[in-house]
Amino acid sequence: MAKVSQDIVVSNKLGLHARPAMQFVDTANGFSSTITVVKGGEEPGEADGKSVMQMIILAAVEGTPLQINADGEDADTAVKALAELFESKFGEED
Amino acid sequence: MKLKDFIVSDAIVGDLQAQDRDGVIRELVTSLAAGGALPADAVDEVVAALVKRESNGSTGFGKGVAVPHVKHAKVKKMAGTIGRSATGIDFSALDHQPVYSVVLLLSPENSPQQHLQAMNIVFSNLQKDMFRRFLRQSDTRDKIVDLLDEADQGK
Repeated sequence: MAKVSQDIVVSNKLGLHARPAMQFVDTANGFSSTITVVKGGEEPGEADGKSVMQMIILAAVEGTPLQINADGEDADTAVKALAELFESKFGEED
Repeated sequence: MKLKDFIVSDAIVGDLQAQDRDGVIRELVTSLAAGGALPADAVDEVVAALVKRESNGSTGFGKGVAVPHVKHAKVKKMAGTIGRSATGIDFSALDHQPVYSVVLLLSPENSPQQHLQAMNIVFSNLQKDMFRRFLRQSDTRDKIVDLLDEADQGK
């Protein structure tokens, strides 16, 4: 078992709206690790990375710092795959 | 932000007549236009955009609720409405269950932050078992409006 964390910043213009939230949850569900997402900034929050509703409630706009946490046997690959989604701006824009 | 800042009370439908997803979307958008939230000549375009969005990925996030939403140039001010179905609608929901409560949200282009705030308040309420249960039981516009008032007051 391992715990892995990575800090990222939401960089797509539209923020973490429904479609990217679902994409994140789909990817998270591919791993056995527990995934949580902690939101920093002025209105901090925490979401279960496998719950679309909780991810949408984060209302993470462009520029929001997030920490992706995974706990489990595949934590390392999970965090890498999830951080990659943000790096690719969920395939949006520009 | 509160639900009633963007939910148009006059456009709420306590007893949806449509029996399928696309029909429900049209019924609610037509109701928003009748409530003055959207020009009548924009209904077809907005319905088409919502249906397309829904076909790309269902907003039936489970637990009997769906939240179809779209950003559209014809929408000048964020506006939403709620429809309740007695019989349940097939929304291709993530949990494969019928949808009884539909929260439909229209946003202008270029206001992603406002959109996310509205989604935040909608889902914060939809996540509560009591809110979902009362919404499903509220079979008139007035009952739904009362429920929104209570939710906005944090009851």
